[in-house]
Amino acid sequence: MGTITLQVCPDPAHVRIVRLVSAAFARRAGLDEGSIDEVKLAVGEACGMAVSALEDSADEHLTVELSDAPSLRIVVRAPLDLTHLSAPDAGTGLVPDGLDVIRALLEDVDITTATDESVVAMSWPAGSGQPAL
Amino acid sequence: MDLSLETRTHDDHTVVEVGGEIDVYTAPKLRECLVDLVNAGNYRLVIDLEGVEFLDSTGLGVLVGGLKRVRSHEGTLQLVCTHERLLKIFRITGLTKVFPIHDSVEAAVSDSATTS
Repeated sequence: MGTITLQVCPDPAHVRIVRLVSAAFARRAGLDEGSIDEVKLAVGEACGMAVSALEDSADEHLTVELSDAPSLRIVVRAPLDLTHLSAPDAGTGLVPDGLDVIRALLEDVDITTATDESVVAMSWPAGSGQPAL
Repeated sequence: MDLSLETRTHDDHTVVEVGGEIDVYTAPKLRECLVDLVNAGNYRLVIDLEGVEFLDSTGLGVLVGGLKRVRSHEGTLQLVCTHERLLKIFRITGLTKVFPIHDSVEAAVSDSATTS
């Protein structure tokens, strides 16, 4: 299929759109429904964290790159350090942040952060080879 | 429709039927609903997630916040959820140990009445 690159302004309403595109890409790549649910959750967590932190930054955006050769790989890049954000329920500490959810969910994930950039690279094994029509 | 919320009463409990997707965009609406319910004196809540198609850590944070609020009034917050894709996120975050999760509203109300 090649590559799809999304440049996303930090509007919370856009996170669902990114999930839908990612799910459609994963389905075309032949992943089963369980893996597609993982894709939606992982991509949603990464983008949701970035969008929440950037919501007041009209000039910033995040980038989502989807590719399927040799296997499904989705890379979310955000112009900030995602490891220095407060957890979803700051105060109780009961809910892990989005990055911890991604790490618990996926076997193949690589998260690198710097002061002004985070890269969340996620991969899923190749699908059945029978892309959905 | 991103998120729907329907509220009803069932045996002294307030049932919130949630539909759609709970994420960074829609979670504030759910949070506002739970805050309003507790402020109005509803401390025995059942959150029915059977109509929910997506839930992430933002949504979990709202549910935990709701649990904190009702517990500060010695209340209860029970969940209804049978969808494996949602149960999975409760399991991987360890929140199955925090929330009572039931197969039906009736089971949730019965459990709440037993434990309160």
